[in-house]
Formats: sequence, C-alpha cells, structure tokens
Amino acid sequence: MALLNDLINMNLSDHTEKIIAEYVWVGGSGMDMRSKARTISKPVSSPSELPKWNYDGSSTGQAPGEDSEVILYPQAIFKDPFRGGNNILVMCDCYTPQGEPIPTNKRNNAAKIFSHPDVVAEVPWFGIEQEYTLLQKDVNWPLGWPVGGYPGPQGPYYCAVGADKAFGRDIVDAHYKACLYAGVNISGINGEVMPGQWEFQVGPSVGIEAGDQMWIARYILERITEIAGVVLSFDPKPIPGDWNGAGAHTNYSTKSMREEGGYEVIKKAIEKLGLRHKEHIAAYGEGNERRLTGRHETADINTFKWGVANRGASIRVGRDTEKEGKGYFEDRRPASNMDPYVVTSMITETTLLWKQN
Amino acid sequence: MALLNDLLNLNLSDHTEKIIAEYIWIGGSGMDMRSKARTISKPVSCPSELPKWNYDGSSTGQAPGEDSEVIIYPQAIFKDPFRGGNNILVMCDCYTPQGEPIPTNKRHNAAKIFSNPEVAAEEPWYGIEQEYTLLQKDVNWPLGWPVGGFPGPQGPYYCAAGADKAFGRDIVDAHYKACLYAGINISGINGEVMPGQWEFQVGPSVGIAAADQLWVARYILERITEKAGVVLSFDPKPIMGDWNGAGAHTNYSTKSMREEGGYEIIKKAIEKLGLRHKEHIAAYGEGNERRLTGRHETADINTFKWGVANRGASIRVGRDTEKEGKGYFEDRRPASNMDPYVVTSMIAETTLL
Repeated sequence: MALLNDLINMNLSDHTEKIIAEYVWVGGSGMDMRSKARTISKPVSSPSELPKWNYDGSSTGQAPGEDSEVILYPQAIFKDPFRGGNNILVMCDCYTPQGEPIPTNKRNNAAKIFSHPDVVAEVPWFGIEQEYTLLQKDVNWPLGWPVGGYPGPQGPYYCAVGADKAFGRDIVDAHYKACLYAGVNISGINGEVMPGQWEFQVGPSVGIEAGDQMWIARYILERITEIAGVVLSFDPKPIPGDWNGAGAHTNYSTKSMREEGGYEVIKKAIEKLGLRHKEHIAAYGEGNERRLTGRHETADINTFKWGVANRGASIRVGRDTEKEGKGYFEDRRPASNMDPYVVTSMITETTLLWKQN
Repeated sequence: MALLNDLLNLNLSDHTEKIIAEYIWIGGSGMDMRSKARTISKPVSCPSELPKWNYDGSSTGQAPGEDSEVIIYPQAIFKDPFRGGNNILVMCDCYTPQGEPIPTNKRHNAAKIFSNPEVAAEEPWYGIEQEYTLLQKDVNWPLGWPVGGFPGPQGPYYCAAGADKAFGRDIVDAHYKACLYAGINISGINGEVMPGQWEFQVGPSVGIAAADQLWVARYILERITEKAGVVLSFDPKPIMGDWNGAGAHTNYSTKSMREEGGYEIIKKAIEKLGLRHKEHIAAYGEGNERRLTGRHETADINTFKWGVANRGASIRVGRDTEKEGKGYFEDRRPASNMDPYVVTSMIAETTLL
C-alpha cells in the first residue's frame, strides 16, 4: 500500500471487525458543523447501539472552560462515503452532563413536536431544496468568477453546461452519489441561476428525518469541498446586486393534504402561516433580509402572499396540486442557512398544533 | 509490473515464504525514530522468534565511533501497512554489546516497573491523546497557513470540515486505517483547535503495551507524512502567541479505580501526583514551559491543581467518573514530545509504588 490513497481506501473489513464512527454535530454558531471519529468494536445497525460521547464545548462556543463537557447523543446513522466498508457517519445532538439540551440544540424541541400524536397521525412530509454557493479558496470569490471582476449577467447559467457556464460540477456530482451511498434521500440536483451556485434536494422525508438527512447532506458537501480545495457558503445573499440569493425552499404536505379534498386543507394551512409570518421569518435564517427583497424570485420579507405557480410569492402552490385538488405546497421564505430542525418543526407546529387566539 | 507502484504493492506471499521485518528504535535525541529492514526466512508470530540485531550508534548519537555497535532487542510486532502481506514492523529497544540498556533506552526501566507484582496486580490502563502539528515542507510553517502570514484566529477549526478550516485530513485518515491494520489500538482522531494541528488517541492499553503502540503509531505517522510531502512536528508550542500548544494527555486507571469505591482511590492517587509535581514535570517533555502557561486550556507549569471537567487543570476527572464513583483520570501535563515509556511508568510508580 504504497500511496496515501491506498491507505485511505483500504478496506478495513478484510483485516478487522472494528469500524470507525464519525460523530457529527452542529456547533456554537448554529451553522458550523463539527465531527470527530472513534473506533467501535464491531458493526452496528442502529443509533441505540452506539455509546454517548462528549466533546470540548469551550472550543466551539458551547460551554465554559471550567465545565466544558458537552454530551453527544447518537440520533441517526448513515454509511460513510469517505471511509467505505462498514464505517459510519452518526448525526448527533448536544446535551449538558445533566441531560438538558444545550441552547443550540434545535433537534430536541423538533423531536417533541414530531412525536405529538396529532402530528404523527398526519405523517408530515418534507422536501427541502438546499441552495449553496462555491467560492474560490483564499479570495472567497465565487468559483468561476474572474478575480477582481464579474461574469456576464444571469441568464445563461441555470441548468447549463459548458466550461463558461457551469463551475464545480465535480463537487455536485460527487456529492449526489456520496449521499445516495450514505442512505440520504437525495432527490435531485441542478445548476442555479447565479454562476457558481448549485442546488440539491432532500426528500420526501417524514418528520425529524428531514432535518437529520439535510444536516448530514450538508456535512458530506463540506467534506467534499474540502477535498476539492473549494470553500462552501450557505450565505443567503453572497453577492449584493443583480445576483440571486440562496434559499432553502421547503416543500410540505400532510396526510390530509395528500388525500381527496386536500386543497382546502392546504389553503387553511397557508392562512395559519400567514398569521404567524413574523415569527417564522425570525426563525428562517440570519441575513434573510438581504435576500427577500421582492426581486430575484423572492417575495419581500415584510409581505406574506401566496399563489399558484408564483415564484415571487412567499408560498407557491404547484399547478398539479391545484388541478388534482390535493398535493403539497412550497414555503419559499427559508434562507439557505436555515436550521432544518427549526423550519420543519415550526411549519408543522403552526399548521397542525397552533390555535389562533 | 511496469510502474513503481506496481512493484511497491507486489504481494510477496504469492512468490516466496520470506518476509520483511522493519526494526524500529528511538535515536539519540529521545524523539527521533530510526528504522531499517531485514529479510526473515518465514512468517513469525511473536518477537522472541526474531533475531537480535544491531546498528551504527555513532550515526545516531548513541555510541562512540570506535565502539559503535548498539544491539536492538525485538519487543513488539505489528503488521506493516506499507508493505502489506506478512511483512512486519518490530518495535525494539537498545543495549550495549554487554547487555546493558543504553542511556536513551527508557523502555527497560518501564518494563521493570510494569512487571513489579504490585503494579501487575492493578492492571494499569492508559489512553494517550497524541497531538501533533503538520508543517509545510521547506518553510516549516503550519499546513494551510499563508506563508509570511497567519490564518484567522482560533475558533472555527476544532473538529471542523472545509477547505478553509481543515488541513491535512488525508494524512490523518490514512494514519487511522494504517494503525488499525497494523494492530494498534487506535481509538479515535479529531481536528484540533489550532489549524493544521490534529490528535489521535491510542488505548486503552495495559502497561508497557501503551507505549510500544504509541511509538509505532508515531512511526507510522512519520512514514505517512513522508509520503504526503509534509513535515511532522511534535513540538509542544510550535507557534508563539495566541495559538494552542500540543500535548499528550495521558488517561490512567487501575483495577481499584475501575471498581466500586474507585473515586476515593483516584483522589489519593492525584494527591500523590501533586506531591511529586516537580519530578513529573521534569520528565514530561522538553520545552513544556512554553506550552503550560495557564492559558490555552493548560494549567501553569508551576501550579498543580485538579478538577472535574476542568480543562484548565493539571489533572482532569471526567463527569462520568465523578457520577459513577469510579473510572479514570486525565493527566494533562505531558507535552506532545514526551516519552510514553517514561510517562506511563512514572504515573504507575508514583501512584502504586
């Protein structure tokens, strides 16, 4: 095994029963992902077989130095596309040693909402469209853009091919296969309107899985950009001016919406979302006001409006759904840097549990 | 087999019973690792089947030129991750032709301590967290740092991913699998607080095995950085200023500590360590005074203090251990360039003998 790559790609299962588990968690900013690995004595099939672990919270802004242990609880397992074999990625959430979720742990509350009987009965489905921008290392300018200048205006880039129109496809395609290998329910990819910007979709996933899968998909993407020597950005408006922002449109449906008469249920749900517009916007991602301007296929941040096939609306209902009288709708307000645990559980809470006073 | 790599990756076992044994030892500085290989007629399963060997001690600062033979005794065998097949790495220690351990041989004394009946009965376990820094070749500036400048301050790098936050993961991941292949009890890895700095952990291992495994793990790491064209540093404070140092925190427990009432045993052991603080510090690695400042998650070198979950202490006890009344504790004082034979045996000696 002469090359570095021979060692990295070694199939451990030929030599030992031991596996490597990479524990992944969300750090102190609410968007930074952190991970570290440990050896497990033999393959596992569910998170409950894995030990809780801990990390130095004082190094991630999540605990003070004199009481720094933050405990990691394994919540979801995926196959590790980087180490192969029986090695795994483990999505975790964070607790104090006393068992309380730390303030940046948004999964705990989401899990409570998703296990409420009224919610469970409605089997909420989510499809999240994650947009992101690739930046050149060191200069932090979008990939493919001339340093010190700009490419030609938007128009030719959406879903395009060609060395002058699509920048970074290697990363996008590697990510697509890696996610499928890992067991993430990735449903598609496309090049976006702004050059250097891409999108992938995860779903349909039920309840809390949507958040788990989206976070792992983001982690896998950051590991791949690391390999490619490119910087990943989830900023909702990476370049000011006549350039699209990046969002995380969240598609949603419940059992009732998917059945006969569902369209009426959808309209009622949208009404409730309209009544809590400010609360949702506050939780839909930092810096979203730079993106939701009313231009570039967004609705103004202070306005709530919905429409069929309307990409300038806060909420868009597809023509199919209108025609068949049932289906799903798309909340276009979340920014690319939203927390999927927060957004999915909040949409669920507002439409299924919240009662207007 | 046209390419160099085809030859390097040739599976010898298809063609001959002979194996290659790479004998490894520690050189004159106490930190430099040396090795050379020899052909053995057929596969072996334990060190006693291997012949003693010798090397030119005058070339490593370990013997005078006119009487330069230093004898190496095989002590532990591991599978060779670079040559594959039945080939092996052999951890050795060094003796004069008369059979005396040479001054830099720290294993010999450690083995005596670990075979003392009182120590053996207590089954001392060690988990060592080895931190290290990767440097760009030729300029010796940390990997990923702009030459002539500095990266953004610490914060984003600990356990992070991304081309702007994690530098050298290939080396770390190759090392993890290579060690598992070799039979080293590597228990985990993580990216450290300073960019370009990483950590791996070996253990829990019993007695002398802990240090044998750590030395071979260090050797494997240096062979891998050699392949990657990157320089490996075990300096305890590679960059002055607001940048973390590199340590080798040593986790320790004995049978009594792991059983009911263990927490009291732990507290007594920590007390004894406190009384010999100066002696331990003197043996915990050169240059440690640049690292143990009381800042950057260390306790000041002249202070001995311990605490639960306190990363600013000399000795840290985990919350689990406090809660369950038994477990282990972490000596955070050793520097990354410590000798594990010295540190593990000294902790055992102070707490048990």
